[in-house]
Amino acid sequence: MLDAIIQGVLLGGYYAILAAGLSLMLGVTRFLNLAHGDLAVLAAYLIIYLVATWHMPILWAIVLTLPVMGLLGWALQAFLFARTMKGGFLLPLLTTFGLGAVIQNGIYGVFSSDVKSLGNFIGNLAWASWKLPGHISVGKLPVYIFVASVVVLVSLQLLLSFTKLGRAMRATTVDEEAAELSGIDARRIQRATVAIAMVLAGLAGAALAMRSLINPYTGPTQLIFAFEAVVIGGIGSLWGTLAGGIVLGIAQSLGAKISPQLFQLFGHVVFLAVLWWRMKGAGSLGIVNLLRSLKGGRA
Amino acid sequence: MGHMGIILSGHGLNKRFGAFQAVRDASFTLAEGEALGIVGPNGAGKTTLFSLIAGSLTPTSGTIVLEGKSVAGADAASRCLAGIGRTHQVPRPFLGMTVFENTLVAAQHGSGLPEGEAEDLAAEALSRSGLLASANRPAGVLGLLDRKRLELARALATRPRVLLLDEIGGGLTEAELVTLVALISDLKASGLSIIWIEHILHALLKVIDRLVCMSAGEVIAEGDPQTVMRDPTVMAAYLGGMKEHA
Repeated sequence: MLDAIIQGVLLGGYYAILAAGLSLMLGVTRFLNLAHGDLAVLAAYLIIYLVATWHMPILWAIVLTLPVMGLLGWALQAFLFARTMKGGFLLPLLTTFGLGAVIQNGIYGVFSSDVKSLGNFIGNLAWASWKLPGHISVGKLPVYIFVASVVVLVSLQLLLSFTKLGRAMRATTVDEEAAELSGIDARRIQRATVAIAMVLAGLAGAALAMRSLINPYTGPTQLIFAFEAVVIGGIGSLWGTLAGGIVLGIAQSLGAKISPQLFQLFGHVVFLAVLWWRMKGAGSLGIVNLLRSLKGGRA
Repeated sequence: MGHMGIILSGHGLNKRFGAFQAVRDASFTLAEGEALGIVGPNGAGKTTLFSLIAGSLTPTSGTIVLEGKSVAGADAASRCLAGIGRTHQVPRPFLGMTVFENTLVAAQHGSGLPEGEAEDLAAEALSRSGLLASANRPAGVLGLLDRKRLELARALATRPRVLLLDEIGGGLTEAELVTLVALISDLKASGLSIIWIEHILHALLKVIDRLVCMSAGEVIAEGDPQTVMRDPTVMAAYLGGMKEHA
C-alpha cells in the first residue's frame, strides 16, 4: 500500500512536467493543445534517434532537443496556432487534433511502429533503486524525474513571478486586450509561452522514454493523463498541477496494485470524481475557469 | 490653435459592426496639453471611438494621426508605446497580480524604458494615483475607487502623451470625485493631453478646455463647453438619450 503510494507520488512528478506545459498554454493562449502528448513523444523520438544513431550522450541529446522543441513551439504558434485562434474555440482543437495525427503518422513513417525506449541507454539507472525499511524499493530514475519536476515548477514559478516576460504572461492570461493596451505584445508573449510549453513537453518526453517503452501512438494517452492532472489540480495553478499529477499517479498505482489492468481505469475514475465534485460547485472555480478558457478570448 | 499644436486627430472615422454603425464620419482634434471632454447619450459611440484611437478596434474607414503620423497598421501595443494611454469604464485589473505588478507590467512593456527605470516609473504612477499604500495588495481586493485609480496608474505607467479616460468618474461618491478632479487637473497641468468621456458634467467641466458631443455615432457639436451644453441639438440628443434609459 505504502509502496504503491510512493510509486504514485513519483509518477505524479512526470505528469506534472507534461501537464505544466499544457496548463501554461491553456492559460495564456486559451486553447487546449491536443497534440501536446504527441509533441512530447516526438521529442522522445528525436532524443532516441540522437542517442541510438549518432551515439550522442543522453544528456547532450536532451540539451540539444529542448531548444529545438522551443523553436518548434514558437513556429507552431506564429504560423499555425495564432491563425486558428481567430476562428473560435473549436478551430484550435481541430487543428491540434490534426497536428497530433500528423505527428503520429510522421513518426510511424520514419521510425516504424516498433516500440522504443531510452531505457537501454541509461545504464543501471533504468533499474537502480534505494531500499527503504519495510521492503520498499524506490527507483532512482523516478526520484530524479520527480526532483526534476519540482525544479521545473520552481523555475516556472520564478519566471512568472519575477520576470518581465512572466508578468506579461500573467497579464495576457487575465485580459489580453487590456494587456495590449498596456503595451504588451500579446502575440509575442503567446509565442514565447508555446515555446516554453514545448520545452516542457520535450523534457516530459525524455522522462517518458527513460522510464517506459514508447511507440508512435503513445501521445494521446499521455495527453489524457496531462489533462486529467491539470483538471484535478485546478486550471491555472502551477503547484495544483503537481498535486493533480500526484493524485492521478497514486490512483493509478493503487489500481495497478489490485490488478495491472486497473492502472488507467482508477486514474480516470478519480478524474471523473473530481470533475463531478467541481461541477457540483464545491470547487467550481477550476471547471468554470476551464470553460472560460476554452470559450473566452476571441469567439 | 495652429497645426503644430495638434497632438492627436481623427478624420472621417467610421466603425460598422454588421448593420450597426457605431461611429459615423467622426472627426476630432486634440491640441498638445489640452483636455477635451466627450459627452453624449449611451450608445453614442464614445467608447468605440476610444477603441479606434487605442487600436483595440480597426476603423471601417478614416484615419487617426498621432504627432503627425498616421497610426493605421499599428496595433494596440505599439500605439501604447507611441504614447496613447487608456483607462476603461469598467476597470480591468490584472487579477492575481498585486497593484504594483499591475503597473510594473505596464511600465516594463508600455513605456519603452529599461527595466530598472520601469520600476521607478511604476512606483511614481502609483504615487500620483494615490495608490502607493496599496502597492502590495492583490488587485482583486480593491474597491471601485481604487480600481479606477489602478486603471489610471496603469495608463500613467506607460508614459502616455495622450490619456484617454473612459467614464473614470462613474460610480464614485462626491468626495471621491473631488479627489479625482484634482488628480486629473494635476495631470493636465503636468502637460498631458487628455480626452475624457464622462457623464458627470460638473466634474468634467472643472477640467476640460473644449467639449465634443456625440450622438448616434456622430459628432453633433464641438467647442466651448458652456456653449456646447446649451446647444439645442445637444439638449435634444441628451433628453432623447435619457428617455431611452429612464
